[in-house]
Order: sequence, then structure tokens, then C-alpha cells
Amino acid sequence: MALTRRSLHLHLIRPIFSARLLTTASTSPISIETSLPFTAHNIDPPSRSVQTSPHELLSFFRDMVLMRRMEIASDSLYKAKLIRGFCHLYDGQEAVAIGMEAAITRKDCIITAYRDHCLYLGRGGTLVEAFAELMGRNGGCSKGKGGSMHFYKKDAGFYGGHGIVGAQIPLGCGLAFAQKYSKDDSVSFMMYGDGAANQGQLFEALNMAALWDLPAILVCENNHYGMGTAEWRAAKSPAYFKRGDYVPGLKVDGMDALAVKQACKFAKEHALKNGPIILEMDTYRYHGHSMSDPGSTYRTRDEISGIRQERDPVERVRKLILAHDLATEKEMKDTEKEVRKEVDEAIAKAKEMPSPDPSELFTNVYVKGLGVEAFGADRKELRAVLP
Amino acid sequence: MAASFGVSSAAAANAVKSPALSPPSLPVIRSEARPISCRVNKSRKAGKITTKAVAAQAENPASAASKPGHEVLLFEALREGLEEEMERDPRVCIFGEDVGHYGGSYKVSKGLADKYGDLRVLDTPIAENSFIGMAVGAAMTGLRPVVEGMNMGFLLLAFNQISDNCGMLHYTSGGQFTIPTVIRGPGGVGRQLGAEHSQRLESYFQSIPGIQMVACSTPYNAKGLMKAAIRSENPVVLFEHVLLYNLKERIPDEEYVVSLEEAEMVRPGEHVTILTYSRMRYHVMQAAKTLVNKGYDPEVIDIRSLKPFDLYTIGNSIKKTHKVLIVEECMRTGGIGASLTAAINENFNDYLDAPIVCLSSQDVPTPYAGTLEEVTVVQPGQIVTAVEQLCR
Repeated sequence: MALTRRSLHLHLIRPIFSARLLTTASTSPISIETSLPFTAHNIDPPSRSVQTSPHELLSFFRDMVLMRRMEIASDSLYKAKLIRGFCHLYDGQEAVAIGMEAAITRKDCIITAYRDHCLYLGRGGTLVEAFAELMGRNGGCSKGKGGSMHFYKKDAGFYGGHGIVGAQIPLGCGLAFAQKYSKDDSVSFMMYGDGAANQGQLFEALNMAALWDLPAILVCENNHYGMGTAEWRAAKSPAYFKRGDYVPGLKVDGMDALAVKQACKFAKEHALKNGPIILEMDTYRYHGHSMSDPGSTYRTRDEISGIRQERDPVERVRKLILAHDLATEKEMKDTEKEVRKEVDEAIAKAKEMPSPDPSELFTNVYVKGLGVEAFGADRKELRAVLP
Repeated sequence: MAASFGVSSAAAANAVKSPALSPPSLPVIRSEARPISCRVNKSRKAGKITTKAVAAQAENPASAASKPGHEVLLFEALREGLEEEMERDPRVCIFGEDVGHYGGSYKVSKGLADKYGDLRVLDTPIAENSFIGMAVGAAMTGLRPVVEGMNMGFLLLAFNQISDNCGMLHYTSGGQFTIPTVIRGPGGVGRQLGAEHSQRLESYFQSIPGIQMVACSTPYNAKGLMKAAIRSENPVVLFEHVLLYNLKERIPDEEYVVSLEEAEMVRPGEHVTILTYSRMRYHVMQAAKTLVNKGYDPEVIDIRSLKPFDLYTIGNSIKKTHKVLIVEECMRTGGIGASLTAAINENFNDYLDAPIVCLSSQDVPTPYAGTLEEVTVVQPGQIVTAVEQLCR
């Protein structure tokens, strides 16, 4: 398991100075307590002490810094009008993506909504593909045709990337159904927000998942605001982990990567044996809902900076690393610089890629090879071949 | 013969200075609207509403100093319409996501929650199917909800409620229930919002019996259509466009409504009838500039009423020009253009000198990349080419 995890992260690392830190870091276990206990609904919560290792903590740090850097860079690119349309940024919520990846394999599936850039990276997507997709170039993960809200990576079990709020949950239950059908001991994580928690299709899908004991894990990334509407304005019961009623739930501090890892590990074991479970990640986004939302008309700047000071996921891991003497301040600063350089290089590379060719407009509407042709009125002249 | 129903002022984007208009014949009042006196805002002149108030003409230099009317952006015009109707009738209320406290994602309902309260301007959770159903239920008892789809594409989640309940309840109850709802929201392609946020629902909704569909394109008709839709006893779907919210125009101070079933003559002409609506109106007017320079005289009609079509205005135009070009943003298959082509062929086949040409968007999900998105919709160059070919 440790070996897989190391190789999974290796391609996010390039072999220069501070990366040595990761290759030489030990995998000897350390036990760390989560910052807050888990709150459980209809189930016994897992233990607060999490097994981790220096290597894991250092890779948490590096990966979260990478994700944070990518989102900030996307912010600048959007303001420079290189990214257009909608751009929903994930900074502040990185611990959820990182903690989840640490607990699962690439056979498990993840599906999420439109705040998908960092999850794509976590699943093994490259920075260049991400930036190219954001900028609408043909080297992007969806060939530039999807955009910010449609990142996918089939070979790594990342199913997107969806614009319509809540629509990904029935899809996720479908993934879980297929996993149960093929009996391959994997689970599906379907992620949604506190806004989507009020969608009817969630409860429909939950009912079916519970009825058929599907290995489905519903993860509510509760950042407390559904675009501009605070959770208390939209939900009678903001205890989203309890909303499953007959389905057990767990409330997790989503800013603590280790707590997220513990919860996901626990949830995976549960889902494989007993069916669906809901995880509510108590997290926060620093940016507004999207780049067209300033994020300050419905919440105070004090609130945002308060969370940044007290609960920031990257700072938390940094303090843990320093407390356990796993690296020095300077080494971590060097990692940050290296990451920044990596991101800048990826952006430069993505900028050079061309826009998709106009003929790409008609590709991938249908699947080729079924002989779909449309003839003219006399059946002799070929009017069109559907791509 | 074409009666002018409201010529948009030259302040609207890409308006073409039309050649001398033929002397206006007596306006034929075909709509049932009658001048009604009602309470209006203190800042506006109290009195009768004019059913065909004409926006101030920019061509009159003498009155430039004291131009009647006031300048607004399209989203402000929508808000004015909403506010006036809410002031006039306490049964009018607003449902939608982020319409109250946030002010509306396109600022159409900004300030209304502070004025009218949290219940009358209701911030709904993200549950389209249910809050549109709620709106229909409320309408059945007599309230007049105006429901906002934050993006028209989200209303696909509520298709059952719109089709079966909103559209059909008046019929299936034998006329007992009326559903005076207005469902409005921005749709259309533009600004690289991706496939799921660039939908044109007018083509999906057009078969639903019992609803009316209108598309606004200028601040003048946006306010007029909003007011008319709210006053209508039938369910109306008002299509706005994401790219048109910041259009500026001078609209009258006095109260006015426009007819829901009438088309708007944008530019009278002789050579070809160009039928369009919403954002494509501006692409057509841009092409019209080029066409006029090349010596053509296109007649541009903004059909505005997508269901039912104003075949009277359209027919009068066809009887004059004998050639039709439809420019729309819907997809080719099953779009508004397809239905309009069928309707014109059925009714005015004898008057056509050439087959109807319909320019629509490509039958593909809207791609994100800017270059591809441009090719998805009809561009002014294509309109010019089509007119040249039609008029050969």
C-alpha cells in the first residue's frame, strides 16, 4: 500500500533538491490524533488516532501546496482572460482531496461536481492537461471541449466534472452499482456540496443505494455556502451527515487531511460490507463560489481570514511536520518554491498549445464506427457522415 | 403595409438607420390590451398605460436636451418591470436561487428582498423540480409567482413540472385552475460557459401545450414583456440571454406593456424577410449593415413570441418580400427555426419565391474552447452570404 502511494505521487514530483526529502523520508508509522473527534449518526465513529508516516505527511504537504498554487494561478489566469466562462476554485478545501486519495486506490471511483481541478490532480492528472483544458487548448484532458467543469480521467477512476448541481449523485450510485455487479471490491465516492444536499435526486439515489447495499459513499463537502446562500437559509437541518436517516453518517473536520483519511478508510470498509454511508466534510472555500462571485457580499472578510488563520489545511500539516521534526522550515519553503516553478512551467507549456481545430466541433458527438451516414433524398448522394 | 410596433432606439447595439419610412398607416390594435389606469411609482407620471409606447427616437436633435425617458441596462429594465408589477399587485412574488439576499445572480432582483421581504422574494434551496412545482401550486390558489431559473438549463430538472403541471392543469381541470406563473431566466450560448450552461430550452419547451414562450432582446421589450407576462393569466416562459443583460437603451418613463403575441419590426425592407429573436437579432443587424452597403434591403423582424408565432406580421412581410431567412440560436434539429419553417411553408407557400433558409446552431454540445464556440453559433458573415444567395 505504501509503495503504491509513493509511486502515485512520484509523477507529481520532479527529481530536484527538496524532492530528495520525499524519496529519503521514512515510511515508519507515526500515530497522530485528529484535531476534533468524529460525530457519528447510527454508527460507531472510528478512532481519533490516525496511522501515518513521515513520507505521507511530507507528500500531503507537497500535494496540497501544489493544489493551492494551481488554484491561485488559475485565479490570475482568469483575471488575465486566458480562462473564460465559469471557474470554481477549490483553495481551502484541499485536505478533502488529499485525505481521500491517501485512503483509497485508483480502482475506487470518485465523482464530483464542478469544483474538480484539485480532485483531477489528486487522481493523477497532470498540471499541463489541467491548465490546457482551462485555457481551452487541444492538449487538455477533454481536448478543450469541456472546460473547467468537465475534467475526467477514466483510467484513474475519476468520473468528473459535472455542471448541474446534484446530477452527479445518481451517476455515482451507478458507478457503485457497476462495482457491486462486477464484484471488484472497490467503492465509489460521490462528492457534492451543501447546496446540492437539498436536491431531490440525492435522496432518490440514496434510497436505492441503501436498498441494494451498493458500495456508495456520499461525501458532502460542506463549505457552508451554496453560491451566495448560507446553509441556514437553504436547509432546515444543516446536519447533512444525519440526513440519510437510515443510512449512517459521519461528520469530519474537512480541514484536517488526516481526519479525512481516517474517515474515508473507515467508510470504504463500511461500504464494502454494509452499503452506503454519508461523510460530511466540514470545510471552507476562500474564494467565492466562482470567479464571477467576489465571495464577500454574503460573508465577512473577518470570517474568511479567521478560518485561514485557525484552520488552514496546509498550515496544519506544516505545523505537524515541524512538530515531529520531519523537515526544516527552509526545506518546506524550498518545496513551495519548487512547486511554484512547476506550476509556472506547466502554464507556459499549456499556453503554447493550439486551440482545437474547427473540425473537432463535430467529433465525439457520437461514437464512430456504427456506419452512421445520412443520404440525400434519392439515397444516392451522401449528405453527411456523422462523426 | 407593415405597421411599426415599437422601433427600438438607435442606442441599441448595431441599429441600422433605416431609409425613409413609408407613411405609417393607422396602427391596427390586435392585442386585447386596453389602457388601464393604475398606481404607479411617484417618480413616473400617473395615468393610463400606453399599449404601444414608442421608445424615444434618437433622430430628433431638437429634443436632445430634454429627451423623454430614462436610460437603463436590460437587467435594470427587467427589474423595473418586476418592481412595478409587485407594487401594483400584492399577489406577485418571486421564487429562485439567490434572488433575495444575494440580489439575483444577474442582479435582476437586486434590492427587491429588502423592499418586499423574505417571503415575497423567496430564496429557494437548489431544488428546481420542487420549487417550480411549488410555484405552480401557489399559482393554482391565486398567487402570481415569477420563478427564476438561474440558468435556463437548470429548468430541465423541472421539465415534468413545467410540462405536465404548469402547461396542462388548466386543461385537465376543465378550466378551473389558471396557472399565471412566469418562468424566466438566462440561456443561450456565450462567454464559454460550457455545454451544460449554454442550453437553448425554447426548442425543448415549444411542444408543451398550454404555455406561452417569449424572448426579450432589448431593454424596451424586456420590461414590456416582463409586465405583460406577469399580467397574463397563462403560464409564460420568458427567455433572456446571458450576453444581453448589459445592453443600454432609453425607455419611456410612462408605464407600458407590450403584447406577448406580437413580433417586432426592427428594420422594414423590401428584398428579404429575416426572422430572428434574442441575441441573434444583433448578429442580424450587424449583417444588415454590411448588406445595406452591398445594396440589399433586408426586412428584419424580431419574432419575440416563440409560441405562438405571430404569423400575421410574418405573413405580411413574406407577401412583400417573397423570401425568408430564419436566423436562430437553437440547434438545427427541432429548433424554433424548424417549427417556423414548417408553419410558414404551410401558410404562405404560394408567396415564396425560394425555399426558406434557416441558419441555426450546430447540432453539437456547446464546446468550451472559444474558437469552437464561435463556430457553433451563426455569425454575421454567414447571414450575409445566405442573403446574397437567397437574393440572386
